[in-house]
Amino acid sequence: MSTTTTRDATRPASAKVSPTKPRRGAQGRTLNFWLFTGPFLIGLVIFVYIPIGWSIWLSFFEARYTVTPSTFIGFDNYKQMLTNGDFVRSLGTFTVFAVIIVPVTWALSLGLALMVHRLRFMKAFFRSVFFLPTACSFVAASLIWKMSIFSGVRFGLANTVLGWFGIENIAWLANPNPPWYWLVIVTVRLWLQAGFYMILFLAALQNIPPELYEAAAIDGAKPGWQTFRHITLPQLRATSTAVILLLLVAAYQAFDEFFNLLAKTTWGRPPLVELYYTALGDNQDYGAGSAGAVILTLLICTVTLLQGKFMGFGRGDESK
Amino acid sequence: MSAMSSNNWDRRSVLRAAAGLAALGPLAACGGNTGRANGSGEVLTQYFHAYGEAGTQEAIKRYAKAYKEANVSTQWITGTNFESKLFSALLTKNAPDVFEFHPQLQLIKSGQVAPLDDIINPVKDDFNPADIKSHTVDGKIYGVRMIDDPQFFFYRKSMLEKAGVDVPQTLEELAEAAEKLTTDKVKGLFLGNNMVSTNYALVWAAGADQLNAKNEIAYHTDEVAAALKVYRKMFTSGHLLLDAPADYWDPSALVQGLTAIQWCGMWAMPVMQKALGDDLGIFPFPSAASGAKPAVYNGGWSMFVNAKGKKVDEAKEYVKWLWIDQKKYQEDWALSYGFHVPPRISIAESATKLKSGLPAEGVKLFSDYGRFDNINWTQAMITALEGVIADAVRKGVDPEKALDTADKKVNRELKKLFG
Repeated sequence: MSTTTTRDATRPASAKVSPTKPRRGAQGRTLNFWLFTGPFLIGLVIFVYIPIGWSIWLSFFEARYTVTPSTFIGFDNYKQMLTNGDFVRSLGTFTVFAVIIVPVTWALSLGLALMVHRLRFMKAFFRSVFFLPTACSFVAASLIWKMSIFSGVRFGLANTVLGWFGIENIAWLANPNPPWYWLVIVTVRLWLQAGFYMILFLAALQNIPPELYEAAAIDGAKPGWQTFRHITLPQLRATSTAVILLLLVAAYQAFDEFFNLLAKTTWGRPPLVELYYTALGDNQDYGAGSAGAVILTLLICTVTLLQGKFMGFGRGDESK
Repeated sequence: MSAMSSNNWDRRSVLRAAAGLAALGPLAACGGNTGRANGSGEVLTQYFHAYGEAGTQEAIKRYAKAYKEANVSTQWITGTNFESKLFSALLTKNAPDVFEFHPQLQLIKSGQVAPLDDIINPVKDDFNPADIKSHTVDGKIYGVRMIDDPQFFFYRKSMLEKAGVDVPQTLEELAEAAEKLTTDKVKGLFLGNNMVSTNYALVWAAGADQLNAKNEIAYHTDEVAAALKVYRKMFTSGHLLLDAPADYWDPSALVQGLTAIQWCGMWAMPVMQKALGDDLGIFPFPSAASGAKPAVYNGGWSMFVNAKGKKVDEAKEYVKWLWIDQKKYQEDWALSYGFHVPPRISIAESATKLKSGLPAEGVKLFSDYGRFDNINWTQAMITALEGVIADAVRKGVDPEKALDTADKKVNRELKKLFG
């Protein structure tokens, strides 16, 4: 609040100093505003709003093998997407995926950060080693996971290890019962992204004032779990929330590993993969694909609004 | 039309244009050094899926370079989803002028491919009649067949002998053979990682068809459902090679001794023969219902001209030059890399490489049991039938129920195509 008051106080004063200039100043400011935001806004309109509008328009048309359709069919595409089961199932797949990957990555990256944070030497080395996989592409990692680690033949890495214990070869990706493919999908994403979130946690850990730990120790808190539970974890709350949100967004955007690891299946397709197959894949049904995208957008908007209501995002600084 | 122009600025097409430019970079570097100064400036783009046989990409570029009327740039599309990449590229301004694909009705209904009667008709009698038929709609021929690719089972004679297994005559016998041939080192049978490449053969060997003459569903029979159950039994038995590093179209699984029997195409025969010598035999997909004939799927690739492109006439000229006139190149393409059956009768007759030994047996299977693509069976239906394998074989859904699910999708597509 204090900053606002000072600004209000100074403004009339500056106006008095140069009474002839305020109009030009305002104009200049407007010009500057457009100069700086213009390129971004143009990009936003061309690359975001026009495609969104186009997509909504397409969703009401019979648009197969074309993006400039002429047959208006009302809500048929929406009916088709909501009733054919595949799209609804993809939302379920995403939920399962998010429920597994978000907490697991959160826990693993926090664990890595705690360990690296406590290192006395070679800290930079381990920090880099754990961060390095972030630079790898999802497609490349998926192929490594599919062809060498989790290949179904006896010399695949996972099957070799199982073989030492006399366990039969497992077809990790071909056979959905039991759904081993989740292990492949989750581990590849864990390997790729845990290091990145570890860095975020590491930064937050370094920001916790040591005085807090000293005070806790004096008050008789035992090092280890008790200190972690009552000092470290609460101090990481802001970072944790941000990490969980980022993880959710990343999980929602998951495409590459599902697309590359699972081929010709009717399962394991999150919404983006499902929409890809509907609109861009073999079916080339841009109308139905757009309808699915619109439904998905509405869902995301609803969830985001609800999330803002419950988690307090976007309420500004005062609410903290 | 105004929508067409804003089409340029769709995020997707701009991104694709950028990606296309990036992809074209190295090609332009190759193509720029043709030493042909008299090029009229015409540039044609052709799309090919990435063939697995060594030397194929160079061959296609060599043929293109020999064409004097235009510069032809080649896009060699790697990855497993050539259809998706082709279909989405066709919607953009950098769509290929010429592309290889399979005959599918929706491409003709949507006006995507140009009729090629005028260039085919003079030599129509020199083509395998089945290849002409599979590309004909309402009396017009769309697409020039380049190669016919019979697909059947390849097996290691020594392994069958050792296990005391005869060549399977029925699908049940195939399942039994897979069981007997499986050891702790070798799996009995490889049907491909997704098990979808035997789809047509499975349906035909069960005495059914994809569609009947009236373009209604014909694959949904009790025999097909029973065959799917045998597939499910094999899938859960542990006798199948699954999640292999290379898929069915690659000879690796058989050559490296991962499996005793593998579904593959005749294209892989030269590599297999080189690696295994005489320890190699072939047999068709065995009968899966009493009285039904064994089946061989005569796949293959054809050249199509993009009717919505800007250079339809030039593209047709190029297709005529290479795939009608240049018999030397056609022969080279069919026989020098993998083995393919030439669709031109005159070339097939002079193809000495296919006249003896195992290749001759392959050609016999091709003529005796081979069936060709049905142009009315489109990509959406192909995907629906692949869903049946995923559901009924891999997931364990009741085959009847899986076939019902496919029926809905196929009927929706049939309704769109035939009303």
